[in-house]
Amino acid sequence: MALNISESAVTVESQNRRSEKRPVGEVMLVRRPKITASNINVYYGNKQALFDINLDIHERQVTALIGPSGCGKTTFLRCINRMNDLIPGCRVKGDLAINGEDVYAKGVDVVCLRARVGMVFQKPNPFPKSIFDNVAYGARIHGLASNGTDLEEIVVKSLERAGLFAEVKDRLLEPGTSLSGGQQQRLCIARAIAIEPEIILMDEPCSALDPIATARIEELIDELSQNYTIIIVTHSMQQAARVSQRTAFFHLGYLVEDGETEVIFSTPEDERTKAYITGRIG
Amino acid sequence: MSETSLTSSGVGLRIAAGLKKRYRAEKRMRAYGLTAILLALTSLAVLMVFVVATGWTAFQQTIIQLEISLDESAIDPEGTRDEATLRRADYQGLIRNSLRDLFPDAVSRQDKRLLYKLISTGAQYELRDQVVMDPRLIGSVQTLWVLGSSDADMWQKGKLGSETVDGVGRLNAQQVQWLQFLREKNLILTQFNKAFFSNGDSREPEMAGIWGAAVGAFLSLSVTLILSFPLGVLTAVYLEELAPKNRWTRLIEVSINNLAAVPSIIFGLLGLAVFLNFFGFPRSSPLVGGMVLSLMTLPTIVIAARASLQSVPPSIREAALGIGASPVQVIFHHVVPLALPGMLTGTIIGLAQALGETAPLLMIGMLAFIADVPQGLFDSAATLPVQVYLWADSAERGFVEKTGAAIMVLLAFLVAMNGIAVYIRHKFERKW
Repeated sequence: MALNISESAVTVESQNRRSEKRPVGEVMLVRRPKITASNINVYYGNKQALFDINLDIHERQVTALIGPSGCGKTTFLRCINRMNDLIPGCRVKGDLAINGEDVYAKGVDVVCLRARVGMVFQKPNPFPKSIFDNVAYGARIHGLASNGTDLEEIVVKSLERAGLFAEVKDRLLEPGTSLSGGQQQRLCIARAIAIEPEIILMDEPCSALDPIATARIEELIDELSQNYTIIIVTHSMQQAARVSQRTAFFHLGYLVEDGETEVIFSTPEDERTKAYITGRIG
Repeated sequence: MSETSLTSSGVGLRIAAGLKKRYRAEKRMRAYGLTAILLALTSLAVLMVFVVATGWTAFQQTIIQLEISLDESAIDPEGTRDEATLRRADYQGLIRNSLRDLFPDAVSRQDKRLLYKLISTGAQYELRDQVVMDPRLIGSVQTLWVLGSSDADMWQKGKLGSETVDGVGRLNAQQVQWLQFLREKNLILTQFNKAFFSNGDSREPEMAGIWGAAVGAFLSLSVTLILSFPLGVLTAVYLEELAPKNRWTRLIEVSINNLAAVPSIIFGLLGLAVFLNFFGFPRSSPLVGGMVLSLMTLPTIVIAARASLQSVPPSIREAALGIGASPVQVIFHHVVPLALPGMLTGTIIGLAQALGETAPLLMIGMLAFIADVPQGLFDSAATLPVQVYLWADSAERGFVEKTGAAIMVLLAFLVAMNGIAVYIRHKFERKW
């Protein structure tokens, strides 16, 4: 754990240099949360979906959001990259900060935000384009590659990191939709990491996959957590236990409990958490 | 049904009791459906057979062989071979001379007039063009096939019914006798009617062609396509993808749907009032025709385009937004390309509808008799259905088959356009 802390301090420093907002001197040897949500309330029309959510999400870790269906995990996830903006009648109140910057502040560019916060969806949704174009799309629209060689490099690197390159290297020009479900999901992950986001949101990425593909994705999540902050919504307790370092349990729109995954799963404080983990509710 | 364990229990028995009735209802339903389809197909077949039977002969024309002596004294007395002189010469006279030579029994003025009526008035122009093209013919006696008149054409095609002592149709007994003579000598026959596909309209059925109307239709539809496709697609994209869903956009949506149901003649009146009277665009022109037709096509295209935009799965939009594409990038990189086949299909269907439209064009003066093939958007023109209407309205018997033939050409265009729409739909059909 000690090693982790020092590593994180370096990260914080490097990140501050990147944002050039805070003086380097402010770096602390404490794990500063990557994402801070305070008093988040979300309404769909008149119906309130989330109640006063306060949650810190730490850098270069996997945070799992668990809870029964309709508890607001996905709603919370979609607050982070403001995908909820797309839903008519959806209002978000409260503060949600990434690197200390309010995501919902005026003047925040949603396009820029979503480029920094990648997302992988429940159902694999590759574009009906070639595998290459799927991965290259983000880099193209954001102008990340100055020439064709650059772009190729980005695509190959992303596919490699998503553990897909070996399987598709001979058919990069075939449509992404021709891949199997698990491969499609890894393609979507490659597409997300191609633009080097800081955070990756995963909304039940394995729910449409078979156990082998699931195992492959979980491995991948583990590897990716070395470089990215990952938040994963999952219905599978085992999956949460396997891949995450921290877990947050949502129930009926409330954040019931959050903490180290091991602690949550072994000695939950709240009765409801215990009940859910042991399969009595949900 | 045999007594099985399934039907021996109480519930099973009750279900079995009702089964027969249910199956009967099902059979009845199938029978109704089949009858409906058969009725529809039969009427379609009857219609097609009738049109084709009436119209196919228009693809043939009757020609008559004459020996025409191209006297230099009659064509070019000064021997200059000047084109203007050659064009001014009296070729009709030459044809008439040769007719008189062929039938010396026509001596009275009246008989001669009847005799001349066997040859089309267009024949002299064909002869003129031939001579102008090759002045060496002057001075020789040429055996030429000249275009027969509509009456001769109808007689040759056997469209006039049984002959009586007074003749048949507009032909009197004498004329019929002359035609009989020509037939016996193999001097009259039918050949493929090229002129039908290259001429404009004419007062003479044997010279009337569909080409003018086809060009007019093509020009009008081009204007329609250029105006209504971009407007329709952009309207649909804005309403479907960008506009906030509020009372105003809903009002616009409802209005567009209602526009699709507005009788087309109203659009014609609008065109008359706005395009002709207010803006002063040229009457009867394909430009105004196309504009009026695009008013009519626009709602169709908007509705089709919106339907195809709606069929693009939201997951594609989310995927693109999720990696930071701006809304416009999402639309033009992903949604529109995926919806394009549907949009094109809708557009082609809309254009096919416009192609068959007559009512709005009546209002803007495209109903006029126009003999010239239109050369541009501002020339007077007719379109295919208008041509059908004009010919159907003509008293001359020769126009009956022309009407049928024009309907066939129009239907061929429509079938071709719908075929393209089906092809596009199948070629770009996408499975998610």
